[in-house]
Amino acid sequence: MPERIVVPFGPQHPVLPEPIHLDLVLEDETVVDVVPSIGYIHRGLEKLVTKREYPEFVHVAERICGICSFMHGMAYVQGIEAIMDVEVPDRARYLRTIWAECSRLHSHLLWLGLFADAMGFENLFMRSWQLRESVLDVLEDTTGGRVIQGTCKVGGVRRDIKGEKLSDIQKTLPEFEQQCRDLTDVFLNDESVKYRLGGLGVIGKSEAYDLGAAGPTLRGSGVDWDARCLGYAAYADLDFKPVSHPAGDCYARCAVRLGELFTSIDLINQAVEKMPEGPIDVKVTGAPDGEYFCRVEQPRGEVVHYLKGDGTKHLTRARVRTPTLANIPPLVKMLPGCQLADVPVIVLSIDPCISCTER
Amino acid sequence: MGFCTMAKIVIRNLVHGPATRRYPAVPQRACPITRGHVTLDPAQCISCGLCMRRCPAQAIQVDKAEKVWEIDRFRCIACDACVEACPVKCLTMETTYIAPVTEQTVERHAITYVKPEKKKKPETGQAEG
Ligand code: SF4
Ligand code: SF4
Repeated sequence: MPERIVVPFGPQHPVLPEPIHLDLVLEDETVVDVVPSIGYIHRGLEKLVTKREYPEFVHVAERICGICSFMHGMAYVQGIEAIMDVEVPDRARYLRTIWAECSRLHSHLLWLGLFADAMGFENLFMRSWQLRESVLDVLEDTTGGRVIQGTCKVGGVRRDIKGEKLSDIQKTLPEFEQQCRDLTDVFLNDESVKYRLGGLGVIGKSEAYDLGAAGPTLRGSGVDWDARCLGYAAYADLDFKPVSHPAGDCYARCAVRLGELFTSIDLINQAVEKMPEGPIDVKVTGAPDGEYFCRVEQPRGEVVHYLKGDGTKHLTRARVRTPTLANIPPLVKMLPGCQLADVPVIVLSIDPCISCTER
Repeated sequence: MGFCTMAKIVIRNLVHGPATRRYPAVPQRACPITRGHVTLDPAQCISCGLCMRRCPAQAIQVDKAEKVWEIDRFRCIACDACVEACPVKCLTMETTYIAPVTEQTVERHAITYVKPEKKKKPETGQAEG
């Protein structure tokens, strides 16, 4: 039997945008065991609920993550609204949906770029980020911020999108969709990409489900579950089907995210078409008294915000279960058996977002 | 298939030049509502301190007695909360980002607002007593 050695992977590694540490137990070049550890960038954001008033905490909630920021803010305000029984105006629900889907688009394009970079396909990386830039421009034009939108507030949204801007966005969608199709064509049909990703980091359907995988990692193993089916914001009024792929390997997870680009484009299109007129916020008075679990589908999977208030302006507890935390056990299952050189690609295939995870 | 698509994109990009810009030599892209940085009009600020209380990052310090308004740009997250809160609208969100610096300093502004003298009540001529 070959000798076993332990190779540390991370916390600083060229492929990782954020610090996660994996102890890889190797036999020759083959991984036999993995011990993950996190905790390099804990910021104690949850504790801040006791220091900031609940309407202001939404700014902190948005900054839990730099990519799915809008959805963190949205999950938080939805939780507060549920505790306080606030009826959000329809237009605000639709606007939230549009911004959430734009966030998903830019997050997936960012991931696709990073993933191409991990595979060593630099051109594709640049191309994905070039496309992402056009989504960021739309976000900046409508909210004032490229990645931190800051438009959610308890009781509605802080900014409206004017009718002509909405139709402008809608007009750019077909071209953007075509560009995404070209990108998809490269990711899914290029022989070198297929060869690099096929059969890599496989996790079966029941295993992924049992380990509590979330988002594209779960759907890439053939489980048709998407928290948007719960019908929060405007999703209940829009026609939408979760994207899934049965293979359970890196290629499948990539295919799921590519598929979700088109669902997002379609959802934005539908939301713009059905956009109701009316106010964008309601006045909220009082303070939350009660507790609530709010679930929202982020680009990386389902996030759970647990909020508890005692009738004062400060919440007593907030807890965020992020999708990456849920995806670490499946990752530990995927790695054994693969080659050391494949580890970066497999780690990236769950789209790890560590600053979310550690908050 | 994939190869031809990629080759087309690469050639197009070669002809079109870079998608990035040489910031800060070329200014950043901005739109009218871009949240860049906060500025104060010291002639209007009534030192009420609402901006300080609303700021989620505790970046603003207002000293009513000394008449100074301070902002720590390293703490400010450009969230717009102070601009929304200010009762006299003397804060503005500019669309440009602040220039990179190597040292954390606090920006101090002396408030020059002078309370207009209250108009004296028109004398009625009937002194009560
Ligand atoms: S923009 Fe936000 S963080 Fe910056 S000073 Fe104003 S309230 Fe504070
Ligand atoms: S800037 Fe506006 S909110 Fe802040 S102290 Fe001055 S008047 Fe008050």
